[in-house]
Amino acid sequence: MSTTELRGRSDRWRIDFLLGAWQMLPLLISVIPFGLILGAAATDKGLSPLETMLMSGLVFAGSAQFVAAGLWHHPVPILVIVASTALINSRHLLMGAALESYMRLFRPAQAYLALFFLADEIWATALRRAAEGPLTPAYYFGLAIPFYLSWLFWTMLGAFVGGVITHAERYGFDFAFAAVFLVILFGLWKHQRRLLPIAVSAAVALLVWKLVPGVWYIFAGGLAGTAAAALMVRSEA
Amino acid sequence: MRVDPVALLTFLGMLAVTYGARIGGYWFVQRFTVGPRLKAGLEAVPLAVLTAIIAPIVLATGPAESLAALATLLLAWRLPVLAAVLGGILTVVLLRAVLT
Repeated sequence: MSTTELRGRSDRWRIDFLLGAWQMLPLLISVIPFGLILGAAATDKGLSPLETMLMSGLVFAGSAQFVAAGLWHHPVPILVIVASTALINSRHLLMGAALESYMRLFRPAQAYLALFFLADEIWATALRRAAEGPLTPAYYFGLAIPFYLSWLFWTMLGAFVGGVITHAERYGFDFAFAAVFLVILFGLWKHQRRLLPIAVSAAVALLVWKLVPGVWYIFAGGLAGTAAAALMVRSEA
Repeated sequence: MRVDPVALLTFLGMLAVTYGARIGGYWFVQRFTVGPRLKAGLEAVPLAVLTAIIAPIVLATGPAESLAALATLLLAWRLPVLAAVLGGILTVVLLRAVLT
């Protein structure tokens, strides 16, 4: 392979990586209060800043980390925390399965590394990209690496400085992720104009959200909407 | 700075179940033949899961959030993502100030 060819490759890698990082910008901003609040909550429960950063770096799953911090006391209820994490993150089974068909450009090692970073925000932005054209590993890691590093940074800062942001809702930060997901949902819907999975998911999610504590509503709504779409397929098809 | 071994063990357990879920669905779909029914279901996963994540805040939190969600959608019709998101946040801040 000639040097120009190599340079062309690394240029394309860099361009795709930077495009991913740029398109992740709204979520890089909206994650700031969540990271700060989580860090402060974890410190409050007796986790050291280094432990909080380790949790963010190893687990990298916001809602499960919030629940873990909420359950944290001494002696640490390991089984309860791990089981809650498994339940909360069961939605990732569906998400990874749905992303599989768009990861044809990933070598196996790249795919299994990429899946470590499969937070909701990264998954949703990657799907939005996949609806417009091929999803490259460079683009995916352009989403994942800045988001991962900023999650580490903001949770650690929150652990050190404590409850700086006490009224995130005053600044509308808490609405930011909903707005981003809404825009992504709208973009996906333009490519795939189906209302049934959306309607079924919304109805089931709201019902479960009202009746069951925790974030079960995400898995329940997601599964119900998915099942509704699957059942609509005629059996002879 | 201290790292309690029990805390580390807890994080490793959380890592195992989280990474397991993140690769489990992917692994399954890659290894096994996906029939038309499962394929249709998987194609609907993005719509269904995204809807479920935002349903409580968009539909059941209050008029400010619901109206701001509507504003975000209208902005997203014509504007790039960042503009629509910022517009949605601005709307929710204004509506919360007015409505509460």
